[in-house]
Amino acid sequence: MTWSATARGAHQPDNTAFTQQRLPAWQPLLSASIALPLFFCAGLAFIGLGLGLYYSSNGIKELEYDYTGDLGTGNCSVCAAIGQGRAPPPRCSCAWYFSLPEFFQGPVFLYYELTNFYQNNRRYGVSRDDAQLSGLQSALRHPVNECYPYQYSAAGLPIAPCGAIANSLFNDSFSLWHQRLPGGPYVEVPLDRTGIAWWTDYHVKFRNPPLVNGSLALAFQGTAPPPSWHRPVYELSPDPNNTGFINQDFVVWMRTAALPTFRKLYARIRQGNYSAGLPRGTYRVNITYNYPVRAFGGHKLITFSSVSWMGGKNPFLGIAYLVVGSLCILMGFVMLVVYIRYQDQNDEDEDDE
Amino acid sequence: MDCSLVRTLVHRYCAGEEECVDSRTVYVGHREPPPGAEAYIPQRCPDNRIVSSKYTFWNFIPKNLFEQFRRIANFYFLIIFLVQLIIDTPTSPVTSGLPLFFVITVTAIKQGYEDWLRHKADSAVNQCPVHFVQHGRLVRKQSRKLRVGDIVMVKEDETFPCDLIFLSSSRVDGTCHVTTASLDGESSHKTHYAVQDTKGFHTEEDMDSLHATIECEQPQPDLYRFVGRINVYSDLNDPVVRPLGSENLLLRGATLKNTEKIFGVAIYTGMETKMALNYQSKSQKRSAVEKSMNVFLIVYLCILISKALINTVMKYVWQSEPFRDEPWYNQKTEAERQRNLFLRAFTDFLAFMVLFNYIIPVSMYVTVEMQKFLGSYFITWDEEMFDEETGEGPLVNTSDLNEELGQVEYVFTDKTGTLTENNMEFKECCVEGHVYVPHAICNGQVLPAAAAIDMIDASPGAGGREREELFFRAVCLCHTIQVKDGDEADGPRKSPDSGRRCVYISASPDEVALVEGVQRLGFTYLRLKDNYMELQNRGNDIERFELLEILSFDSVRRRMSVIVKSATGEIYLFCKGADSSIFPRVIEGKVDQIRSRVERNAVEGLRTLCVAYKRLIQEEYEGICKLLQAAKVALQDRERKLAEAYEQIEKDLILLGATAVEDRLQEKAADTIEALQKAGIKVWVLTGDKMETAAAACYACKLFRRNTQLLEVTTKRLEEQSLHDVLFELSKTILHCGASLTRDNFSGLSADTQDYGLIIDGAALSLIMKPREDGSSSSYRELFLDICRNCSAVLCCRMAPLQKAQIVKLIKFSKERPITLAIGDGANDVSMILEAHVGIGIVGKEGRQAARNSDYAIPKFKHLKKMLLVHGHFYYIRISELVQYFFYKNVCFIFPQFLYQFFCGFSQQTLYDTAYLTLYNISFTSLPVLLYSLMEQHVAMDTLKRDPALYRDIAKNALLRWRVFIYWTFLGVFDALVFFFGAYFMFENTTVTSNGQMFGNWTFGTLVFTVMVFTVTLKLALDTHYWTWINHVVIWGSLLFYVVFSLLWGGIIWPFLNYQRMYYVFIQMLSSGPAWLAIVLLVVVSLLPDVLKKVLCRQLWPSATEKVQRSSSRRAPADAAPSPDRPLLMDPEPRPRRE
Repeated sequence: MTWSATARGAHQPDNTAFTQQRLPAWQPLLSASIALPLFFCAGLAFIGLGLGLYYSSNGIKELEYDYTGDLGTGNCSVCAAIGQGRAPPPRCSCAWYFSLPEFFQGPVFLYYELTNFYQNNRRYGVSRDDAQLSGLQSALRHPVNECYPYQYSAAGLPIAPCGAIANSLFNDSFSLWHQRLPGGPYVEVPLDRTGIAWWTDYHVKFRNPPLVNGSLALAFQGTAPPPSWHRPVYELSPDPNNTGFINQDFVVWMRTAALPTFRKLYARIRQGNYSAGLPRGTYRVNITYNYPVRAFGGHKLITFSSVSWMGGKNPFLGIAYLVVGSLCILMGFVMLVVYIRYQDQNDEDEDDE
Repeated sequence: MDCSLVRTLVHRYCAGEEECVDSRTVYVGHREPPPGAEAYIPQRCPDNRIVSSKYTFWNFIPKNLFEQFRRIANFYFLIIFLVQLIIDTPTSPVTSGLPLFFVITVTAIKQGYEDWLRHKADSAVNQCPVHFVQHGRLVRKQSRKLRVGDIVMVKEDETFPCDLIFLSSSRVDGTCHVTTASLDGESSHKTHYAVQDTKGFHTEEDMDSLHATIECEQPQPDLYRFVGRINVYSDLNDPVVRPLGSENLLLRGATLKNTEKIFGVAIYTGMETKMALNYQSKSQKRSAVEKSMNVFLIVYLCILISKALINTVMKYVWQSEPFRDEPWYNQKTEAERQRNLFLRAFTDFLAFMVLFNYIIPVSMYVTVEMQKFLGSYFITWDEEMFDEETGEGPLVNTSDLNEELGQVEYVFTDKTGTLTENNMEFKECCVEGHVYVPHAICNGQVLPAAAAIDMIDASPGAGGREREELFFRAVCLCHTIQVKDGDEADGPRKSPDSGRRCVYISASPDEVALVEGVQRLGFTYLRLKDNYMELQNRGNDIERFELLEILSFDSVRRRMSVIVKSATGEIYLFCKGADSSIFPRVIEGKVDQIRSRVERNAVEGLRTLCVAYKRLIQEEYEGICKLLQAAKVALQDRERKLAEAYEQIEKDLILLGATAVEDRLQEKAADTIEALQKAGIKVWVLTGDKMETAAAACYACKLFRRNTQLLEVTTKRLEEQSLHDVLFELSKTILHCGASLTRDNFSGLSADTQDYGLIIDGAALSLIMKPREDGSSSSYRELFLDICRNCSAVLCCRMAPLQKAQIVKLIKFSKERPITLAIGDGANDVSMILEAHVGIGIVGKEGRQAARNSDYAIPKFKHLKKMLLVHGHFYYIRISELVQYFFYKNVCFIFPQFLYQFFCGFSQQTLYDTAYLTLYNISFTSLPVLLYSLMEQHVAMDTLKRDPALYRDIAKNALLRWRVFIYWTFLGVFDALVFFFGAYFMFENTTVTSNGQMFGNWTFGTLVFTVMVFTVTLKLALDTHYWTWINHVVIWGSLLFYVVFSLLWGGIIWPFLNYQRMYYVFIQMLSSGPAWLAIVLLVVVSLLPDVLKKVLCRQLWPSATEKVQRSSSRRAPADAAPSPDRPLLMDPEPRPRRE
């Protein structure tokens, strides 16, 4: 064949590898001989990883206490009984005593946990105004409609922060006391309430409205606190860097949880003598019991947990890796058997051909 | 267009019964007929405006939107979008509105642009100037102002502005030449004839004095058929009535050639011209894949509805405890509380529907259509299917059927021009038992006459001599060839000399071969001039015969005749035709000798024709004339009447002799047929040829083999036995064979099973197809189908065009509903090409009609092999993967959403962010699969060609069966479970960062989404066998794009969004070590079952394709270039793939 210009007709297609579908290509084949080593390698790697993860998860300590106050479960039941059916419930406090027989390896984090609380409910989840929370003046005065029925107060004032999420802010508080020696005095363990929210949330996403005459209270003038709150948003904390919309408890609460049972970080224990962990001894947690959960069948828990590089205690990942790794190895063996048994047969087939 | 339609409708309605007359009357030059003539009903005809555009500026938007939303998928998305607008739904209307808007806009722009082009073309056509005659003067007007009845003048190289009746020409003989290249693609010149009585009107003044009316049928789309008559009034006599046929009709779109100017009268204008009527689109063929796709869509729609229903019911069951319906922290508004329960439930149902609607992705339609459109370019680009000789490449007329090419079970092929070259060569002629063979078988080269004749038998006597010359004259005269003077431009025609070369043009290549053949035997046909046919005899004398009548050829009669008057005044009728149509009409001649010769030739695969004559006396001729005239003038049933007349005329003939013409097989025709048969495709040859010729051709192209046992259902056999007996006997034979076949297979001796071939002819077929009196029409058909099914090859000969379509239809609607393909090159194949699932036209010698009506056109029959075995195979695996993968990835996408409802109180909370919902199908996962569906080659092209048996692997829609579909769906569900519960257990009540901070619901969704995008893309990567650099770029690029997009989307506070829920979510997730580990784990777990299935199936039950893949990959390292000759797999029955 000669490809002179005249020989090629007017409709002669271009002769490129692409148009002729002859681009050079790598043609991998997922055959047993490739899959076998792959399965064994993957299996071994996974088992190794799984073991590491499992032990690392096992090394994490957790201490949990349900202080909802169901009958006969400690002294919080009094508070629960008082608060029953009253909104807002009266102020009440109770305590949880526990003793650590040995050193609780730090750093220790204090969480609260709620069950049966649907922060991921769609209507609840959209009931917020991110513009307002970013400190926008106009949004402060005119919250978005999604906040309804927590958009304007009965008096017609805009609610700040508006919406169902803000309104239902978790308002129990905890303090931790340590008794070094039996019968000795209880010493308060310092709780670091900063750094519990995402850095970006605290520094970028949530902003207070611009101060008026240097006062946050004046900036919020003309707004109403959410109906369930006892105090306005600018009084959430005396610390000017932790009040208003950038109060860390508030910011943590505003990051809605994925599942109806969720934990939120309350504090970190990392100061003074307790930076390495909680020493042996008896402890008391003073609980201000405000938050009603029994109305929706929920529970409140308080949790001390240490944290490793992989976060909190979660055996799932380790177990999953172990299971998948062993499965890979098992499959590998099955395939090996199949491979050996049927290899000859296939070869015969091919020889026949 | 609409207006004219309405107008005609209104008109029909008002005018009542008279309108039912199927004819229209045209006053030539708008002159009323003289009083006393029949009263005609004046009709309104549209003006000559051509409107091919669909839209106007004003109606574009509403009409285009209406057109687009008539598609069920678009309508579905519109409904979803409207629901989102109306009720409070979980996702913003943008998520479904944006893709829909995109799709609609792109389609609208494309259609708008096409329509704009059409508008431009229309106005160019409508405004081009036309000369027409008014009051004896030439007037120039715009084409669109032309009315029916106007007399138009057309000059050389102009196209006709509307359908014209040819009145007169500048050529003295009243003919003109036209090409219809823009109508049907035939570029040869065709001769048209002016009306006899008006061909003397040469000037405008003459034209103005013409007084005539034309009656003709209402506009019809058939380009090659026209029936009408003209009444020419003159002052003295009664009106002269003349028949009008398609030879008098000049079609809009054709171009005038070799003629200075012509006059014609407009009879069909504007949208009623045959060209415009032919623009109407053909019925849409839909491929099997598309049908399965629609079924799957319905399944998914059911899944969608049931998901929404389940969730709605669950929601109300779950909410029956009051604190769950409205906990204190999430109170409803007053309006919500007061809403009716059923209304609320219905709204919830709709909201769930909206939430899950992505399971039927709008982008699938776009992707499938893009795949088909872009993919079809690979066919047109294919260099191997380009024919050097003709300079023609393959044509794709519709890209909707690409994948159907991979599903063909029956190929119906024409013989002449398709299997054979249609390049006829005169082989021999036999006059009364004497055989003449021209030695010089060299086109165009004329040797001295005497030397060219080889007398096989002894020289005939004097009487024989006379007969012989009569035979040659008959062959010379009995045809419809035109002589094209190749060098007419050089000047006036020279006196004919023996060396002059004539180029003959005819619709039938046989005729050309014959006339060229007898030229070599000493008789040269020169030309037709002034109705005199001139031929040059052996003595170099010119003989002139007056051509009185032509009884033209048709495929039902299978013969043609001419009536000529010799110089001595003798009138002859020469008849030429197939032996079966001549022998019964012969009363004299050496029938037996000629018949045996004909049969011998036919067995050798030659095309034979018999020639007979009859001498007519003047009275007979006059009778014939009257008969013909009556038939020709008839407006209704003209064809039937003509046929009857011909029947009467062509009888009592005297047999002269027979001719044999060879039609060589196309190159590699045998190879192609063999390959198709190996691919499990049944090849049927449908031909108009006689049985022996066709059977010989079938042997030559290996359709029948030496060991093929032939079964015959022919007229000859039916004369001896009844149809019933024949069919039952055959089915008994076949069934016996079937039993032995299975036994043989069982014992593994499948090599020497008996092959059966069936031969049936047209007459027998029509008996089978004819419903029986007792109404049980189907029983013979069923029996016949049964026999056919068990035959490896079927030959149907003596077929009329419509019978070809009938056969195709019979098979197409038989109970297995096989996919049929028809391939042909001539006008007689058009009906079967249109009927079959896939119609392939061969750009052949018999014009381009077949190619024009086909779905694909190829230059040669041998290209069918690559078309089916390579392109069809590729397109099929590509599109089936595309369809299955699309459903799979959307199950993966939506099922976690469904599961999440169980954990969010059935509140229709979305798992993913709006941007992810919108872009998942548009950009994150769309390109890799589109590219796969364009580029994938699971087996190398050469292997597919070498090993046709691989085609069986995908037969019967193998990759889109329910089993496969369910496998993919379950894989999707499994993967979705892995994603969701993997993330669930990861996030359950614990922190996954080393700083103890907690993640929220958006991180949860993002983790699921990330795992999903990676799994779904890697699943495609696992399925890809053909990794070109483009695949690498697109697959890895698409993953990279997802990551980059997520980083950007979460990295900035987007000012135009009223929520910032994704802010830093992705980055925070990546900052956690366990999240990385989880992504790796979940991706691996999701892919594991598929990998396992692939490896085990390949090892345990390898399909033929997989065996070939393995052996080629094994050989690849051994020798880089696999030898092309050795077939990789000879096993004709590869084991079916079990899954």
